[in-house]
Amino acid sequence: MNDEILDWGIAELQRRLDDRQVSTVEVLGAYEEQIAIQEPEVEAFLALDLESAKDVARQQDGRRARGEKLGRLAGVPIALKDNLCTMAFPTTAASKILEGWVPPYDATVVERLRRDDGIMLGKTNLDEFAMGSSTENSAYKITHNPHDLERVPGGSSGGSAAAVASRMALVALGSDTGGSIRQPAALTGVVGFKPTYGRVSRYGLLAFASSLDQIGPLAGTVEDAAIVAECIMGHDPRDATSLQEGSPRLVEVLGEGVQGLRVGLVTNLLATASPQVKTGVNDAIATLVKAGATVDEITLEELEFGLAAYYVVAPAEASSNLARYDGVRYGLREPGATVEEMMIATRTKGFGPEVKRRIMLGTYALSAGYYDAFYVTAQRVRTLVRAAFSRAYTSFDLLIAPTSPTTAFRIGERSDDPVEMYRSDVCTIPSNLSGDPAISVPARTDDDGLPIGVQLLGPALSEPLLFRAASVIEEGLR
Amino acid sequence: MSSRTIAGPAKGWEYVIGLEVHTELKTVTKLFCGCPNAFGEEPNTSICPVCLGLPGSLPVMNAQAVDFAIRVGLALNATIQRSQFHRKNYFYPDMPKDFQISQYDVPINAHGRLELPSGAVIGIERAHLEEDTGKLVHRGGHGRIESAEYSLIDYNRSGVPLLEIVSAPDIRDPDEAKEYVGELRSILVAVGASDGRMEEGSLRVDANVSVRPIGETTFRTRVEIKNLNSLRSLTRALEYEGRRQVQLYEDGETMLQQTRFWDEARSVTGALRIKEEANDYRYFPEPDLPPVAPDPSLIEERRSQLPELLSARRAQLYALVPDLRSDLRETVIADACWPYLRAALDAGITPSRAVARCANELTALLAEIDALSPERFVEILGLEDQGTLGASQAKILLREANDDAKPIGDLVVKLGFTANDASAIQAMVAEVINSCPEEWARYRDGDEKVAGFLLGQVMRQHGRQISGADARNALVALREEAHSDES
Repeated sequence: MNDEILDWGIAELQRRLDDRQVSTVEVLGAYEEQIAIQEPEVEAFLALDLESAKDVARQQDGRRARGEKLGRLAGVPIALKDNLCTMAFPTTAASKILEGWVPPYDATVVERLRRDDGIMLGKTNLDEFAMGSSTENSAYKITHNPHDLERVPGGSSGGSAAAVASRMALVALGSDTGGSIRQPAALTGVVGFKPTYGRVSRYGLLAFASSLDQIGPLAGTVEDAAIVAECIMGHDPRDATSLQEGSPRLVEVLGEGVQGLRVGLVTNLLATASPQVKTGVNDAIATLVKAGATVDEITLEELEFGLAAYYVVAPAEASSNLARYDGVRYGLREPGATVEEMMIATRTKGFGPEVKRRIMLGTYALSAGYYDAFYVTAQRVRTLVRAAFSRAYTSFDLLIAPTSPTTAFRIGERSDDPVEMYRSDVCTIPSNLSGDPAISVPARTDDDGLPIGVQLLGPALSEPLLFRAASVIEEGLR
Repeated sequence: MSSRTIAGPAKGWEYVIGLEVHTELKTVTKLFCGCPNAFGEEPNTSICPVCLGLPGSLPVMNAQAVDFAIRVGLALNATIQRSQFHRKNYFYPDMPKDFQISQYDVPINAHGRLELPSGAVIGIERAHLEEDTGKLVHRGGHGRIESAEYSLIDYNRSGVPLLEIVSAPDIRDPDEAKEYVGELRSILVAVGASDGRMEEGSLRVDANVSVRPIGETTFRTRVEIKNLNSLRSLTRALEYEGRRQVQLYEDGETMLQQTRFWDEARSVTGALRIKEEANDYRYFPEPDLPPVAPDPSLIEERRSQLPELLSARRAQLYALVPDLRSDLRETVIADACWPYLRAALDAGITPSRAVARCANELTALLAEIDALSPERFVEILGLEDQGTLGASQAKILLREANDDAKPIGDLVVKLGFTANDASAIQAMVAEVINSCPEEWARYRDGDEKVAGFLLGQVMRQHGRQISGADARNALVALREEAHSDES
């Protein structure tokens, strides 16, 4: 029974709960058992509170018994990346500088999940402050890829991806600044969706690079990702960059297919990929063509410059966003003879090496005399990336590319070479720079049984189209 | 308008002064969150995740602050433009995010000017929005951060909207600086943007000052003086700093560009935060806030609603009474007085009379103003202008019209001011001289000394109804009548 429960998607779970074939408490029991088996090996969570989750499950069963109508996420066990503010759990961004900090407020997305009766299991591991592509930069633990425990789950939302992939949570939230939802989704074989910038409120997301950060779902299926996305999207007055648009309807368009859709294969991004990843992308293309879409090649060279621009803009914003961790009011405080010495000692001890590297990069890029050469130039490149996408979308409805050039790499394999690590973001970064939506869908596995991810990219607000195409690929490669 | 004598810091030298005035805008809530913008609350009670800069919090622009900034910009004849917020990055314990959200190269208001009572025009470079910091209280040591045993932070002030108004270096002496701040303050209060209370810190002034030999046209190294909490501190600090700089130059020493603070107790400026001179604020556009693009229709609406400013009143008055003493002028154009004067001028009352009654009788009544409305004030001055009332009657009636809300006509009757045209006054005087025939005869024959006695008799009987001047006029008229009867 328990294994069967773990197989259910959100819709199936809701149906069974409505028909009283299963209770919410039983559902939580199944996940508790799975966590007991998987978590010691995968190490996806930084905080877990199954007792509270079971209390909520009991309450929901009671409400159901009284004939109350429950929300769309009733009974759904959810994991949250630990850079989302929660009153119920500490929120650390996997950094020592915030060890034990419990926010006095919930992020907007957390409020919305709870409004729809989602059940929060705990907080997942990440690269410290979401800076990384392997979750190895966590100050607390290394999360393992459930498909091969010697390998990374990707990052920075590696904990969320691993939790969903190992079925410890039905769905999870991550954040995506340069691919941090899509890349780990690809490396762990789940669906990862980055919405249009402004679709999801960032209120309560610990900022890494404010102009690039977006929250989105990781899920086992396209439909589950669509359901969670619908719950969290839509305007929030607490985020001034939040779009006015309401949440689009995704679930009801999933079956509409791709007949007549024009899809562009971004050849120069495909060229970055390993042969096996290329095969996965081609398999996905074949399913689209079979479903009636036309696929043609397009080269968008500007997208590759996006990598360099990203590693100026993101650290620049991060250097400012992370200034507040100064030991004055919350988190770690190391003693010092003066305020200045206290701040220096606190930040020296509290931040890990990758975070320090990016703070230094960003501080340098914003410094007087270098600002124009670095920050201003990077913003110009960003404009070029946007223009390249606009050009592509005059001929195509959607674009297709690999999510990651490779499948999951070994733990420690790239730790000594940050630039090589940064390069693994080349296919995902352009969508963050342009603010456009993108989704990563599993596309078979390589010879080692490691998942391959294929990425669909669309213009701003094209989420319904993205989900239709993602659904076709999912269906075709099942 | 009158011009002033400029006083230099030393013979042959002049000041070059630019002021940065920070004013707290009296919005209902803070600049980027919904916390009340209140003064004097218990420490750390008006706070939330946003103004505490907690991880994950985001700023949201307060539309009322933009509105106030626009009103000030219009009153300063500035260009109101689409503006961008920037982050000013530096570490300081009173700043919860360790950056301040401020405006940098595209402020909401640019290129304005302010006309002073003296007639001097001071350029306004910019007036931009920014957030205030928390308030540090240092305990122990000398109350300064370097020597304190510990420090407390009150975040109630954190995120309070500030408008920073930066003048051009057009101010030429400390008195002019004071005049500038006073005039700016009256504008901020008039447009409703600030309560203008310097003592509560809702108006804070930093001064940039340098000196140069008269005739030199380039600017020399400037010093920024902070901590000027009153107009008195401002002028004293500028005077001290001017003398100090001239002395340095005359001694052949180098002027350092630095930030100094005004030490009120010792009456000196001292160097401050030397290290910060090397500060690089790493400004960049605030990614959490879209540009503020003021709605052109809102700007036009605010322009049409702009209250009349002192400079406009000054100009109107100058056209009517050009030789008015400046202290009287400033008295009557003040907010409390002006509605009365404006009403009187609009009603065609003789301007000099209107000014005199405002500056004297009205000003005396302003502290206890009650039933005396501008309309009633004008009605009384109208009676005086027509000669229906004498001057002293008008003065008495003004006070009565404040204490008693009855119609002016009724008050005139109540006070017995009814018989007050020239013939009635003559009848009263005639009645008195008929009872003193001897004295009248002596007066009629040219003995001026008796006039005082006769007038005394008149005033004793009718003093509440007629003025001494009117009585004297009537007496003179009666004598002339008698002489012409004889001839």
